Amino acid sequence: MNDMRLLERDVDTNDIKIAARDVQVYYGDTHAIKDVNVDIADNTVTAFIGPSGCGKTTFLRCMNRMNDTIDIARVEGVIKIDDEDIYDKNVDPVQLRAKVGMVFQKPNPFPKSIYDNVAYGPKIHGLAKNKAELDDIVENALRRGAIWDEVKDRLQEPGTGLSGGQQQRLCIARAVATEPEVLLMDEPCSALDPIATAQIEELIDELRQNYSVVIVTHSMQQAARVSQKTAFFHLGNLVEYGSTGDIFTNPQDPRTESYITGRIG
Amino acid sequence: MPVFWIFVIITGLAAAGYVLGRGRALASAGGDQRNLHSLPSYYGSNAAIFTFVPAFLILLIWLVLQPIFISLTVQANIPDSVVPEGSTIGLVMSDVRRLADGLDTAVSQGVITDDYARSVRVDLTDIRARLGEAGVALGSNLTSEIMIAAQRFRSMTNTGNLIKTIVVLLIALGGLGYALSRTQKDFRARNTVEATVRVLLIVAASIAILTTIGIVLSLIFNTIEFFFLYPIGDFFGSLTWSPSFGGGSDLGVWPLLWGTLYISVIALLVAVPIGLFSAIYLSEYASPAVRSVAKPMLEVLAGIPTIVYGLFALLTVGPMLVDAFGDDGYLGLGWMQGGTAVMTAGLVMGIMLIPFVSSLSDDIINAVPQAMRDGSLGLGATHSETVRQVILPAALPGIVGAVLLAASRAIGETMIVVLGAGAAARISANPFDAMTTITAKIVSQLTGDADFASPEVLVAFALGMTLFVITLGLNVFALYIVRKYREQYE
Ligand SMILES: Nc1ncnc2c1ncn2[C@@H]1O[C@H](COP(=O)(O)OP(=O)(O)OP(=O)(O)O)[C@@H](O)[C@H]1O
Ligand SMILES: [Mg+2]
Repeated sequence: MNDMRLLERDVDTNDIKIAARDVQVYYGDTHAIKDVNVDIADNTVTAFIGPSGCGKTTFLRCMNRMNDTIDIARVEGVIKIDDEDIYDKNVDPVQLRAKVGMVFQKPNPFPKSIYDNVAYGPKIHGLAKNKAELDDIVENALRRGAIWDEVKDRLQEPGTGLSGGQQQRLCIARAVATEPEVLLMDEPCSALDPIATAQIEELIDELRQNYSVVIVTHSMQQAARVSQKTAFFHLGNLVEYGSTGDIFTNPQDPRTESYITGRIG
Repeated sequence: MPVFWIFVIITGLAAAGYVLGRGRALASAGGDQRNLHSLPSYYGSNAAIFTFVPAFLILLIWLVLQPIFISLTVQANIPDSVVPEGSTIGLVMSDVRRLADGLDTAVSQGVITDDYARSVRVDLTDIRARLGEAGVALGSNLTSEIMIAAQRFRSMTNTGNLIKTIVVLLIALGGLGYALSRTQKDFRARNTVEATVRVLLIVAASIAILTTIGIVLSLIFNTIEFFFLYPIGDFFGSLTWSPSFGGGSDLGVWPLLWGTLYISVIALLVAVPIGLFSAIYLSEYASPAVRSVAKPMLEVLAGIPTIVYGLFALLTVGPMLVDAFGDDGYLGLGWMQGGTAVMTAGLVMGIMLIPFVSSLSDDIINAVPQAMRDGSLGLGATHSETVRQVILPAALPGIVGAVLLAASRAIGETMIVVLGAGAAARISANPFDAMTTITAKIVSQLTGDADFASPEVLVAFALGMTLFVITLGLNVFALYIVRKYREQYE
């Protein structure tokens, strides 16, 4: 990794897209997220890193209220997107999730055709006026998901028949197709080969022009390559948050340092 | 020795074999079970299997073959002159068997001694009276040939039983000895046990399959017999059903088929939407508290015997419908003449099927992985969009299966029809008319006191066959639908 390049990386002072204050998450009696405060900037890629089970997925799911679907999960504190409290009574979680898209840790294609998987979101939100437009959206999304070439001849075959890595890219394409403002990606490259990974990282960089992207990853190299900001979680705490260059070259907390140098986690 | 005791003894030997085999295996390994090829319990089971299985099989075969063999031998020794005019050797043989049983009973009650039973002669004693004391009544013609045959029958049976006991016990002991002699630490006892388990499972499966085949074959043969007596063209061609036990009946299947299908369709129209919607509510929308109360309550409905539903149809639903649709009903329509009608039976049958459909569908919907819901909700779909576009398609094969199972039950249902739909076989489009179904008519054809060889009774088999073909067709159709529209999740 080229430390010089990391240090020189420009961190623009972008507008704050998501602001979390004193967020706590409980699963029944388990306290999974403790006192997390974080500001996620617009037009920025933010990486969440940390050892397994530290609460990265849990915190990610707070930001589009997917934790509502878990009966025992309880979220406290304030999370604002564009200065609007998303846990406010007046907020419709359905609208929120259309705005804050998510790629799940485990690929979960619907038991439908590849085409219908990608067209699902655009159809629900009425993004296409006719079939031709929908076809364009689907093709475009699959291209951005770096899977078009592999599936263009078998769009009507079930998405569940794809390989693990193909399913993962299909799910990325599916999430991109709805044009969210924020994209939460939970280990999107965990099953991908280096070439597909590079293509997805390119996509992430491209998405940054218009959106804000949060990516959970277990690869330090990936975090360093794609993100401008990095947050390190440990045992439910947000230990350190700052520009990616600072985190990787000059960590303030000893726990961060031992994690990125491979001593814990 | 009675069969029961033989069975107990070989079971006991098998248990002993288990303990011995286990101990012997451990001893051969110097008490350390890590030196054994298999776990010690496998050696025990192996010895138990070798003791029990061959002996038990021989016992079963013996029990089947011995009576046949003895009957044939005794029968061959009865002179033809004994068979009276107009009778058969079979009838004589049943006299012989009855007498032999009578002698056994009398001996076991102490009325006569065993020696006496062996040697008694009809022409010298009044054996009829002696047996009468033991409560055994004999047929009329007790000749000395029959007595001799009966005595031969008894003695052969006794000898046979003695040999049987000895042979079975010897085989059990032999099996035990053989298994123990092979038991040492390198013997692969686990493989024997695994193979036995497999054979056991295959036997269970074949029993299930063979019984089904047997039932179907008997249906087929009886149906063919019926079609010799009654032309198949009339059965499928006539639109009237009017059996008369005096002969000259009209046995057209269509009125019954029409009633069956009409009632089933109404029942499914009631049961499928209500059952499916309640399943969706329970599995997708209800809070755990509601679910924990509502689900058992629905399942209680499934436990109500159908005769109770029949009563409900006859006494409650029928009169209620008449109040509305009858001649003097408040709707003033005059469509309904009496309480028993297709509508009555169909509604009540639908209620009966609701828990059936809902509880099966509920399980199927619950089996759709949470990741599917998350995926859909995460794209900004509403709850009902998720249910309609992701969960139901994924659960569809199972739901179709549930509906077809319900349809099979509706078609085969009898009690509700007998009480709720009436007994009139007719084809009518008015759902408030009384009609009847195949099942109800099978009951009434078989409960009459007609000759079992008459077409009026044998028609029951043809009706049963028709039902069977319909349900089979439904199942095949269901499989086709499921294959075609299956949306797999893995
Ligand atoms: N549905 C749930 N019910 C109960 N506890 C949960 C649930 N989901 C997560 N947890 C707990 O919350 C903690 C954080 O889990 P989380 O999935 O957020 O970890 P993670 O950082 O994403 O780990 P990984 O890198 O392995 O994906 C863990 O201790 C986990 O056991
Ligand atoms: Mg995770």
